[in-house]
Amino acid sequence: MGTNYSGRVWLLSDGVDTGQLIPGQYLPITDPYELAHHALEAVRPEFTAGVQQGDIIVAGKNFGCGSSREHAAKALKFAGISVVLAESFARIFFRNAFNIGMAAIPLPGITKIVSEGDRLEVSLAEGKVKNLTTGVEISFAQLPPVMVRILESGGIIPYTSDKLKAGCGDSVG
Amino acid sequence: MSESIVGSTLTEKILALSTDRDKVRAGDFIDSKVDLVMTHDHQGPMTLLEFSKLPVKKVWDHSRVVMVIDHRTPSQTEKAAENHHLMRLFAKEQGIQNFYDTGEGVCHDLIAERGHVVPGMVFVATDSHTVTAGALGAFATGIGSSEMASVLATGRLWFMVPETVRIEMKGSLTTGVYGKDIALHLLRMVGTSGFDYKAVEFLGPATGEISMDSRMSLCNMCLEAGAKNAVFEPDEITKDYLNQKGIQNYPILKSDKDAKYLKQIDIDLSDLEPLVAEPYSPDKVKTAVEIEKECVTINQAIIGTCTNGRYEDIEAAARILKGKKVAPGVRLLIVPSTRPLWLRASQEGLLDIFMQAGAIVSYPCCGPCGAYGMGAMANDETCITTGSRNFVARLGAPKAKIYLGNAATVAASAVAGHIVDPRSYLKED
Repeated sequence: MGTNYSGRVWLLSDGVDTGQLIPGQYLPITDPYELAHHALEAVRPEFTAGVQQGDIIVAGKNFGCGSSREHAAKALKFAGISVVLAESFARIFFRNAFNIGMAAIPLPGITKIVSEGDRLEVSLAEGKVKNLTTGVEISFAQLPPVMVRILESGGIIPYTSDKLKAGCGDSVG
Repeated sequence: MSESIVGSTLTEKILALSTDRDKVRAGDFIDSKVDLVMTHDHQGPMTLLEFSKLPVKKVWDHSRVVMVIDHRTPSQTEKAAENHHLMRLFAKEQGIQNFYDTGEGVCHDLIAERGHVVPGMVFVATDSHTVTAGALGAFATGIGSSEMASVLATGRLWFMVPETVRIEMKGSLTTGVYGKDIALHLLRMVGTSGFDYKAVEFLGPATGEISMDSRMSLCNMCLEAGAKNAVFEPDEITKDYLNQKGIQNYPILKSDKDAKYLKQIDIDLSDLEPLVAEPYSPDKVKTAVEIEKECVTINQAIIGTCTNGRYEDIEAAARILKGKKVAPGVRLLIVPSTRPLWLRASQEGLLDIFMQAGAIVSYPCCGPCGAYGMGAMANDETCITTGSRNFVARLGAPKAKIYLGNAATVAASAVAGHIVDPRSYLKED
């Protein structure tokens, strides 16, 4: 599974709320590729045209605060974002990211060692982020095992599908 | 102190009930049996799409599923109509009888008003403001669409048991001060991530002074500080509220005296005054008195949403608007949160007061919380709302300024044409 990521950084500020990730007017949309066309459009209008498959978002504190809309995580993933690293995450966005098969890693201090456009290498297994542009490395704490299992399954839908097929109801195990 | 003799917080007790375990502790990863779920027309359609990918045909228990059409009502676009149609078909197919269609009201208000949520439940819904139901002594939290699809199939969900912040309250609320102001006070203290991943438990002698409507408003806005859930112990107010619905059978859980809390915040409610959050964050809080001095002229005022569209709010607004006129240049939208509340307001003459004052009275819906078909703002316009969020572009134009306040503050500001302290308007009766 792709638990290593390598990509170019889009640097975002503190307190990027779900309305900035995907404005409320687009919530009736369910097609993730259509949502991706509107990701960050109010705050970073150049994002959708410039984003490349595998790019990485690095953000400040409380990333994804506000609404429970899964649309926000999906808009980023289907725009091409491989992983989001933030000083901290709001909890529903954090769960949503893993549930749709996109890693979100809380990493206090990350915004201090990264600039817009830097190239990063992220290893989930080793708990390390290396800034390939500057050579600086930073470590992060292990993610909860259940979240890693969900991510490795490709999200909660394949994860639950496998469990249902195996006749196991426990959502943690 | 050994682990076994440390008591449990209310959130730990509710979560323990949802597992096979006698006790759970903050930091534990648990597999919970979910008692109640809800989805609505913003995140329901995506939920149903994800559910269709799972190898099951039926939801785990149709009697525990509530569906509400409240965000894009009445179907405002072709896409919204398709979404609503999809939800109706799904409910019919699955035998989901707890289905509230267009015009019945705002989901969080319906969940409480129609007696779906009771103390001790684990309740998850595809909406961040699900925390509102903690006012009734339930563990209630928001989840995303894919996670909801998984719960619909299995009736189970994993949680990390949260640490609890204890809010110890004494004193009593003075005229013009409501649950909303307690929430804004807390936001001012802890900031928008101050309760991230945490449970918030309201305790102390003053809880008995806080109405169910204010409790719901307060729990609702704890989400804006990042809380996983917010909860009041069931008490006489809870019992009265549920008795009126003929509901008597539920567990009465209370936190243990020796429960372990992450920290305690003390509030003397007598010291609070009407508060207002400035653009563009709910934690940028000043007193209404301070804002009044800044002469903030408004173009729009909104009373409604799952934060403050309940009877207490509508009644406070009517007291201020009776015999008054909305200031020229201000559009005042009033949106009672449910159909029974709308009818009560009508029977008590409150809607007449609003219409005579020049307000616009809407059918029950979420509408002006996020400019869903009503209440959009132009750049350079200013709004004060009873809603929960004043983020950039929440009501359309990114430069529109949004202030948050309680219903009395919004009503008084609509009359004045600029943001004011409502207390002098409440005294005139």
